[in-house]
Amino acid sequence: MKIDYEAIGLKVGLEVHQELDTRHKLFCHCPPKLFREEPEYTFVRRLRPSQSELGEVDPAALFEFLKGKTIVYEANRETSCLVEMDEEPPGPLNDEALDICLTFALMVGAQPVDEVHVMRKIVVDGSNTTGFQRTCVVALGGEIEVEGKRIHLEQICLEEDAARKIAEEGGVVRYRIDRLGIPLIEVTTAPEIGSPSEARKVAHAIGRILRATGRVRRGLGTIRQDLNISIRGGALIEIKGVQELDLVEKVVEYEAMRQLRLLEIAEELRSRGLKPEDLEGLEPVDVSDLFRETRCRILRRELKRKGRIYALRLPRFGGLLGRELCPGRRLGTEMADRAKFWGGVEGILHTDELPGYDITAEEVEALRRRVDAEPGDAVVIVAGEAERCRRALKAVLERAVEALEGVPSETRAANPDGTTHYTRPRPGPARMYPETDVVSIPITEERLRRLRENLPEMPEEKLRRFMEEYKLNEKLARQIIDSEYTALFEEIARSLKVSPTLIAVTLTETLKSLSREGVRVDLIGDDALREIFKLIEEGAMMKEAIPDVLTWLAEHPDSTAREALRELGLELLSREELEAIIKAKIEENIKLLKERGPRAFGPLMGRVMSEVRGRANPAEVQEILRTLISERLKGLEG
Amino acid sequence: MPNLQGYRGPLRELLERSGVDVGDLIRVEKGGRIYEGYLMPRLETADEWHLVLKLRSGYNIGVAYEPSMRVTRLGAAVKPEFRPPPLPEQRSGLPKVSIISTGGTIASRVDYITGGVHAAISSRDLLSIVPELADIALVEADILYSLFSENIEAQHWSGMARKVAEKIKSGAEGVVITHGTDTMGYSAAALSFALRNLPVPVIFVGSQRSSDRPSSDAATNLIGAVTAAAYAPFAEVVVAMHETTSDTSIALHRGTKVRKCHTSSRYAFRSVNARPIARVVKGRVEMIAEDYRPRGDGELELQDRFDERVALIKFHPGFNPSLIEWLVDEGYRGIILEGTGLGHVSSKCYGPLRRAVKEGLIVGMTSQCLWGRVNMNVYTTGRELQQIGVEPLGDMLPETALVKLMWALGVSSSREEALELMRRNIAGEYSDRTLYEEVRP
Ligand SMILES: [Zn+2]
Repeated sequence: MKIDYEAIGLKVGLEVHQELDTRHKLFCHCPPKLFREEPEYTFVRRLRPSQSELGEVDPAALFEFLKGKTIVYEANRETSCLVEMDEEPPGPLNDEALDICLTFALMVGAQPVDEVHVMRKIVVDGSNTTGFQRTCVVALGGEIEVEGKRIHLEQICLEEDAARKIAEEGGVVRYRIDRLGIPLIEVTTAPEIGSPSEARKVAHAIGRILRATGRVRRGLGTIRQDLNISIRGGALIEIKGVQELDLVEKVVEYEAMRQLRLLEIAEELRSRGLKPEDLEGLEPVDVSDLFRETRCRILRRELKRKGRIYALRLPRFGGLLGRELCPGRRLGTEMADRAKFWGGVEGILHTDELPGYDITAEEVEALRRRVDAEPGDAVVIVAGEAERCRRALKAVLERAVEALEGVPSETRAANPDGTTHYTRPRPGPARMYPETDVVSIPITEERLRRLRENLPEMPEEKLRRFMEEYKLNEKLARQIIDSEYTALFEEIARSLKVSPTLIAVTLTETLKSLSREGVRVDLIGDDALREIFKLIEEGAMMKEAIPDVLTWLAEHPDSTAREALRELGLELLSREELEAIIKAKIEENIKLLKERGPRAFGPLMGRVMSEVRGRANPAEVQEILRTLISERLKGLEG
Repeated sequence: MPNLQGYRGPLRELLERSGVDVGDLIRVEKGGRIYEGYLMPRLETADEWHLVLKLRSGYNIGVAYEPSMRVTRLGAAVKPEFRPPPLPEQRSGLPKVSIISTGGTIASRVDYITGGVHAAISSRDLLSIVPELADIALVEADILYSLFSENIEAQHWSGMARKVAEKIKSGAEGVVITHGTDTMGYSAAALSFALRNLPVPVIFVGSQRSSDRPSSDAATNLIGAVTAAAYAPFAEVVVAMHETTSDTSIALHRGTKVRKCHTSSRYAFRSVNARPIARVVKGRVEMIAEDYRPRGDGELELQDRFDERVALIKFHPGFNPSLIEWLVDEGYRGIILEGTGLGHVSSKCYGPLRRAVKEGLIVGMTSQCLWGRVNMNVYTTGRELQQIGVEPLGDMLPETALVKLMWALGVSSSREEALELMRRNIAGEYSDRTLYEEVRP
């Protein structure tokens, strides 16, 4: 189905988060890097939602706390100190990170604030050991141009990245605190984006300008998007954590579709005559006895564990729970998300998909009778501990009430396919209060002058210059500017006598195609990439060896390119070794030489090269082969 | 008088002229730029050239003053109102625990507009913020002082001791004292000496992370303290704080053996030359010490006088011995030396020390090593110091020795009586044996 986005009033705002490439973290002197080894130590904490003056506690946060969620943090001494552990007050704000943010602000014409105030934004999911994220507004306003359309920016913030979630199981969440405290720039656009493809283009354009500063980190997870999406009559939905720029378009498309379908369902419910009061006072009913003999494995397992089965009638919802909202997501899926979050059950079953899952038509009939379901009603069942079942079905009922109204306001998270799932109700205005441990920083005119005088070029200028200075064709120049390697390309092209086109092709097409083959090219460090071109410049490595060396380095991220050559047997052969190989080849093919004389050069060259490819320079092979053939021919004559 | 907390100079004048107060929704125009938000108070220690604005997004920014700047009031301040959540029901039949607050913000609420943190110390507030307490004990809370830890003096130790006595008399089965952490060790030592023949546990508790933040250790420490006050089998003065960086265990340190050993961490409090007496894990008190004073029903005896004319002096290379002379001239009655190693000071100090002893001062020796005990028989210096009349104080902590000497002089009628008290183990300040302990960070 083709959606007319203008007609449905689609409005999208983007929040782009990008890690900055600084020498140390935002509030301490730890290096901004992650560790792959086992943690050196762990510690256990609980976060308690703090109470505001208003006596309000974020309901979802309170719920998580009451569930008794404990948090296990993993750490090592190389990547974190007492600051990340919330055992020592933060140091002053990292000046280098602030400069990068100000630089970006000046590049997009935003107005830096006169004085930066660090705030604490309450986050109690455990991703911050403090229970809040430190964040500050660095500049307001600004704009970017995307295909002739101006998109306004609302604000540019500098904040600390959160800990990485490693696992969650049975009320215990594991986070690794290495990432905590890495500086992040957050760029927020006004909700002016009108289509999925425009959202993708805006995300790319912001990414390009960020990279143009030359001071951003690269690799998986170093750039993340949050999206705010609404359509007319729908609701503002916040979607967190879109890691791939290319997924932005899909997420917007599916979300617009989801909201549209939810509005249609609301309309349909109203036309079926459903009133809000019809959903009042509906109670979950224990129906465990109906399934004593069931063949449904899911239900049997729960009953065996002494669990119960509860059912809830949803009047006039028949056929709607199974209706698809976007690929693979139905209204039933939305209800299941809620049941899982609030009830901790594994999922729900509903009459739109039954009989099925080995539940028989007779069982469905008995179920409908038990809850007095009329034709056109739907029935939802859940299995598990009785209290959990009741909580889950209460959440399902709440979702049903919202279905009658249209689109509920929520925070969602992106799935890898671009669809989204419920994570929590949309929090009220972010609870923020001043971070009193960090002094405010005045932004002086002098500092801005210094930054203005050293502004990096904008991507378009850079494109022209790359084509001219490095003789790249336009396609390749665009690719390198769109890549995460713009700064590295220029550094290598300037410092080494290696063809800039080779460098650019390697850093774009070669890496991309390896990545498509599943090679973790994001693990290859800048130093290793520099070394590869250094070896080529020295004549110690053939350019044909590049893909193999990169693949090996991705598997051995702590090794050097020279080690890769050695391990792969791709070290260049010495002249003596080469001569020996060629001599042997000639003797092997002495018959050919006798038959064809000097014209045997072509086939012999091919046979030698297939043995030494990547380990010898073809020009050198050619030269040696010519000499040795003529010597051998003389010998034959003599 | 407008409320313009922290604003000074021309900026304050401008704000006054514009008729705005802190908390008001205002518009600021300068040089073609317009900002809208709530006017926030300015930190007294910050410069006078920026006004602080809370934007609608919740972020604060500073806007620099300019003579041409215009400020307009768009709306009045909204006074935050505290609507406490319903109180948990107090179960009957639970032990009665009294909570005495002396300062610190172990229980507090944050004002999300100004960022101000307000202490919440009534029983109601405590229960609404840490509802778990209602399941542990029948708690009753009192405010005795609202003091920063560094402003606590000997008179406050006496006040605390008397308040504890009053609470025990009226039936408390355990007492919790909330206290700023910096000098909590001194207060715990003071009460260990002042409360003689103690029948119930007295638990000092504080927090290293203020309770306005979700990661605060305040609630866990308080829950541990109340659990110990209600159920611990011992009747001693202890400090209840995190045992490690995890929220899983609260250590109970004997008041005479505890010291704050880290500036900021949750696990800052350590028992020195001793193990903690017990810990609270999963809501239960687990005893570690075998030797402790059990709960009893004896009569509490209050010995709450302290003599503040005692000094704690740390010896160091280049130490000027006339400091000792000065103390004698000033009428001091006792000196605790923090000597080097086994308990030494330079021979330059001999003369002044001789004079101090001759004039009736009690001079005690502790070690700046903290771990281990002084021994003044090993080297000549130690033997000479003993000859002069310097009293070796075993493995007593320097701070505990200071407090004990203040107490001994306060409650004795003669130097000899005070000296005898100093030598006697009153509240576990001496241990006979030094055990091997792996040093933890
Ligand atoms: Zn650190």
